[in-house]
Amino acid sequence: MNIPENLLYLDSHEWVEKTGEKTARIGLTDFAQDQLGDLVFVNLPEEGDSVAVGESFADVESVKAVSDIYSPVTGTVAAINADLLDAPEAINQDPYGAWLIEVTDITEYGELMDAVAYQAFCEEQN
Amino acid sequence: MKLIFEKSVPGRACTLLPDCDVPMAAIPETFVRKAPPHLPELSETDISRHYTELAKCVHGVNDGFYPLGSCTMKYNPALNEEMAGLAGFTGVHPLQPEHTVQGSLEVLAKAEEILCKVTGMDTMTFQPAAGAHGELTGLLLIKAYHRARGDAQRTKIIVPDSAHGTNPASASMTGFTVVNIPSGADGCVDLEKLRAAVGPDTAGLMLTNPNTLGLFDKNILEITRIVHEAGGLNYYDGANLNAVMGVARPGDMGFDVVHLNLHKTFSTPHGGGGPGSGAVGAKSLLAPFLPNRHVKCQGDFYAFEDAPQTIGSVKAFYGNFLVVVRALCYMLVLGEDGMRDASQMAVLNANYLKKLLEPHCEVANEGICMHEFVLTLEKLKKETGVSAMDVAKSMLDYGMHPPTMYFPLIVHEALMLEPTETESKETLDWAAGVIAEILEKAHTEPEALHNAPVTTPVGRPDEVAAARNPKLRAVFDA
Amino acid sequence: MGSYVPSTAEQRQEMLRTVGVSSLEDLYTDVPASIRMPDLQLENGQSELEVSAAIQKMAEKNHLFGSVFRGAGAYNHYIPAIVRRVTSKEEFLTAYTPYQAEISQGILQSIFEYQTMICELTGMDASNASVYDGACAAAEAAAMCRDRKRSRVLISAATHPMVIQTILTYCEGADAEAVLVPAKDGATDLESLRELLCNTDACFYMQQPNFNGLIEDAEALGELVHAAGAKFIMGVNPIAAAVLKTPRECGADIAVGEGQPLGMPLSFGGPYLGFMACTKELFRKLPGRIVGETADAAGRRCYVLTLQAREQHIRREKASSNICSNEALCAMTASVYMAAMGPAGMQKTAALCYSKAHYLAEQICALPGFSLTYAADFFHEFVTKTPVPAEALLTVLEENDILGGLPVENGILWCTTEKNTKEQIDQLVALLKEAASV
Repeated sequence: MNIPENLLYLDSHEWVEKTGEKTARIGLTDFAQDQLGDLVFVNLPEEGDSVAVGESFADVESVKAVSDIYSPVTGTVAAINADLLDAPEAINQDPYGAWLIEVTDITEYGELMDAVAYQAFCEEQN
Repeated sequence: MKLIFEKSVPGRACTLLPDCDVPMAAIPETFVRKAPPHLPELSETDISRHYTELAKCVHGVNDGFYPLGSCTMKYNPALNEEMAGLAGFTGVHPLQPEHTVQGSLEVLAKAEEILCKVTGMDTMTFQPAAGAHGELTGLLLIKAYHRARGDAQRTKIIVPDSAHGTNPASASMTGFTVVNIPSGADGCVDLEKLRAAVGPDTAGLMLTNPNTLGLFDKNILEITRIVHEAGGLNYYDGANLNAVMGVARPGDMGFDVVHLNLHKTFSTPHGGGGPGSGAVGAKSLLAPFLPNRHVKCQGDFYAFEDAPQTIGSVKAFYGNFLVVVRALCYMLVLGEDGMRDASQMAVLNANYLKKLLEPHCEVANEGICMHEFVLTLEKLKKETGVSAMDVAKSMLDYGMHPPTMYFPLIVHEALMLEPTETESKETLDWAAGVIAEILEKAHTEPEALHNAPVTTPVGRPDEVAAARNPKLRAVFDA
Repeated sequence: MGSYVPSTAEQRQEMLRTVGVSSLEDLYTDVPASIRMPDLQLENGQSELEVSAAIQKMAEKNHLFGSVFRGAGAYNHYIPAIVRRVTSKEEFLTAYTPYQAEISQGILQSIFEYQTMICELTGMDASNASVYDGACAAAEAAAMCRDRKRSRVLISAATHPMVIQTILTYCEGADAEAVLVPAKDGATDLESLRELLCNTDACFYMQQPNFNGLIEDAEALGELVHAAGAKFIMGVNPIAAAVLKTPRECGADIAVGEGQPLGMPLSFGGPYLGFMACTKELFRKLPGRIVGETADAAGRRCYVLTLQAREQHIRREKASSNICSNEALCAMTASVYMAAMGPAGMQKTAALCYSKAHYLAEQICALPGFSLTYAADFFHEFVTKTPVPAEALLTVLEENDILGGLPVENGILWCTTEKNTKEQIDQLVALLKEAASV
C-alpha cells in the first residue's frame, strides 16, 4: 500500500498536501480507493463553497455504494479537479495524483496523522 | 439480441387508422417540429416476434421459484387479470359524472372497507401509486397533523438502521430530519436507544414489523407507546404485512398510519417494476388531512369528497385503479379465513425452508421467523472466497430467481429469502436441495461459482463500465 | 375459504413437524397475545365463480359512453390490438424490478428501447424508466432543479389543475416555495412571468398544449426562464409531441408528461405513465430507475439498471427522490404502442386529432351563442362559451350516450381524438343546437 511521506492523513482516509501558507490539496488515499472498489462517479463541491473540518464536502460512488468524503481543513474551495467528473477511475489508478479539491484561506486543520502514524492506523483497520 | 430499432425497415408500417373523414387542417409551420421522431417502422409480425424474443429472456413468477425477500413474489391469480380487463373498468373516463361510475367508486369503497378492517385503520386513500409513494403520503399526513396543532417543532423522524431505504428517503423528501437509530443484532428496536432518541422534536417513527430480518418485534406495544408518549406518531411500513395479515393489525400494534403494497401482499403483479399501489390507511386523527378525492358513501350513492384540511394531491385522479380492482378480487376470494391462512402459510413456508437450510449455512437469526429470513454467508466467504453474490448467481443456472442480496445492510453477505405461501412443499424441498448443492460446490469448485451463471442469455454484465460511461439510449446515424 | 395455497393438510402437518411446532398459531408467539388473531369482522372467502360475478356486477354499474368528447388529462385514443397482446405476456406481467440482469434482459432491453423512444419524442438526451404519472413527473422534475441557492418553483396557471396540486403538495412537503404564474387569454402570461422571475427561482413549469388546449409560445417562455438562470420544464402531451416543436427545440432542460395517450386505456385514472427526459447536463439528477447498455465478460451487449448510487436503496436520506417501484409495464405499453404506430402513425394520429378538433370547433362556433373562449390556436382541446349553462347541455348529451366536454371556468373544454368520427361530431353538434335553442 502506497503512503507518501510528504502528506498528512485523516482517520477517514483523506490525504492533505499543504501547498502554501493557507492552501492545501485534498484527495483520497490508496487505502480508501482499495476499500471502495471501482469508483464510477464523484460529486464535487463548487468553487467558492466553504468546507469545514469533519464535514462532508463530496461523495464518491461505486456501483452499489456511496461514501462521504470529509474535509481535513476549514477554508474555501479554490479549485476542483473537474477531470474526475469524466474519469473517476483516476482515483483508483493514481489516488495521490487525482486530487479532489484545492482549499484556500485555511483557518483550521483537523487532527492529522503523518505517514508513519497513518500506516499503523491502516494496519490496525485491516 | 437486436434492438427494435435495428429491425426497422423504412416504409414498413401497421395499418391501424382510417383516413381523415373531416377536412384536414394543417398545423401552422411555426409550431411544427423539424423532423419526425426516429421510431421503428415495423410490421405486426416484427413487433410480435420482437417481444416474444424478449419475453424468453425474462424470469417471472410463472417461470419458477422467486424467493426475492421483501418483495413478496406470490402467485398472481388469473381471475384478477380477467376482472381488471373488464371493459366496464378500463373504458371509463376518470372525469365522468359520479352517477356514471358508481361501479368504480364501489370498488374503491369496498376495498377501503376491507383493508381498514385488516389493518385496524379508520380511513384509507388509494391515491399513492407505490409503497414509497405511500410513505411520502403518510409522512405528509403526519406533518400536517403536527402543523395543524401548532406543533411546528416536530421535525424529526426516527428510522431504525435496518429499515428499507425508502423510509429515510421519504422522510427527507417531506422535509424531516432523519434520526437513524441502531437496531439490535436481531433487527429489533433497541428500546433504550429509542427512549434516548424521542423528545419534543419527534414527529414520528417509521417501522416495518416484522422487521427486515423477518422477526416480529416482541416489544411492539412498548415501542409505539414510547413514541406516543413523546408526542410523536407511528408509521407502519406495510411491505412485510404478508406475515401478519389477519393475524395482527398495525392499528392494534399502536400505529397511526400505514401504507400497504397491494402489489406485494394483495397479489397484484409487479409488471417488471410497476404499476403498484401504495394505499395509505390512517386512524381518524389523520382523516382531516387525507389527499383529496376520497370516496364516501352517501346513502346508497358513492361520491368523492375532499378532506377539510387536505394535504392536496400526490398524483392526478384516484390512484392506480385497476390495481385496486385486482386486490379487491383477491380479498373477496380469500375472505377473513383465507387471508389469515395465507399469512400463516407464508410463515410456515419460510420456517420450513429455513429449517431445511440450517444444516448447510448460517442463518442471521435463530428461532422462529416470520415470512422471510436472512442467511449470512460471511463464514463461507472467508473459507472459500465465494460471496453471497456468487451463490445468488449460481441459482440462476438452476432456474431459480435469487433471493434479495446484501440487504438488510446490518447483515454481512446477506441473502434474504421469502418463499411466500403460494409455493408448494415440493418446490421448497427442491429449492433447499439446490441451495445445499451450491453451498457444497463453494468448497469443491469455488471457481465455477465465481463464473456463474453460464446458462443464461448473457453472463454477469460489467456494471462498472455501465456506470462510468453511461449509454442510456440507442444512438442513430444521422 | 378461497385460497391459492397449494399445501395439503398432510403436507402442512409434515412441515409443522419439521419446523418443530404443533400448530400454525404457535408460529406467532412473538406477537403479543392481546393483539393476536383479532376478529376482523370480514366475510369469509368465496369461490372464483362468485367473486367473478360480484366484480362483473360492479363493472356493469359503470356507464361506457358511446362517444367521448372529454379529455382534460385522460384521452380516449385507439389502442392497437398488439399492445394488449404483448403486455399481457406473463413473463412481463409477473416479473419484479429487473435486479438480476442475467434473467431480465427482456425487460431491461424493453426499458432501454422505451428510454430511446421517449428521448426521440422529446428531443432530449436521457430518460428514466418512468414514474407514477404525469403529475408526479412534473413534481419530481421541479425537485431535480432545486438546490441551496435556487429553491422557488414557478408554475404556469394554464397547467392541468391536478398537476398544479401535485407540484404544490410535493413542494409544501419539502418546505419549498411554489408560485403560480397567471394566465392571460387562456395561456401563460409572458409579462407576469418576466416580472416574477428572480435569482432564487429553481425552475418554471409549463404544459404544452396547455390545460385549455392552446399551443403556448414555449420558446419565448423558455428564453425568459433561462435569462433568469432558472431551469425550464415542459410537460408535453406525447401525441402532440409527435408533431409540435420538441421540448429540446423549445429550449427545455427537462421534458415530462402523462404517457396515458400512448396505449393505456382510460381505466378511471390509472395506472398511467409518467415519462421524464432531460439534457445530458441533468441526467444524474433524474429520479428512479435508469437502464444502461454494457457488455458481459464474453463481450455480449446487454443492459443493466445503472447509476444506482443516486437511488434511495443506496443513498437513503440523501437521495433526492424515494421512488422505487415505477410504472414499468405501462412504459412497455407505450413502447409497443409507438412501435406499432411508427413515426408515420404517430404523426397521423396527431393530424387526425388536430383536424377533428378544428372541425368540431368550427361546427360548434357556427351555432348561435357559441364561440371560442380563447383566440390562440389549439391542438385537440379547446374551450367554448355556451349560450346556456354547461350542465344543461351536458345532460342532454348524456341522455344521448355522449360524454361531452368538461365544464370549466369559462365554458366547456372539448376534446377530440382519432376515435371521434365525423358522424359522432355531427350528431354532437346537432344535439347542442337543439339543446341551446330550447
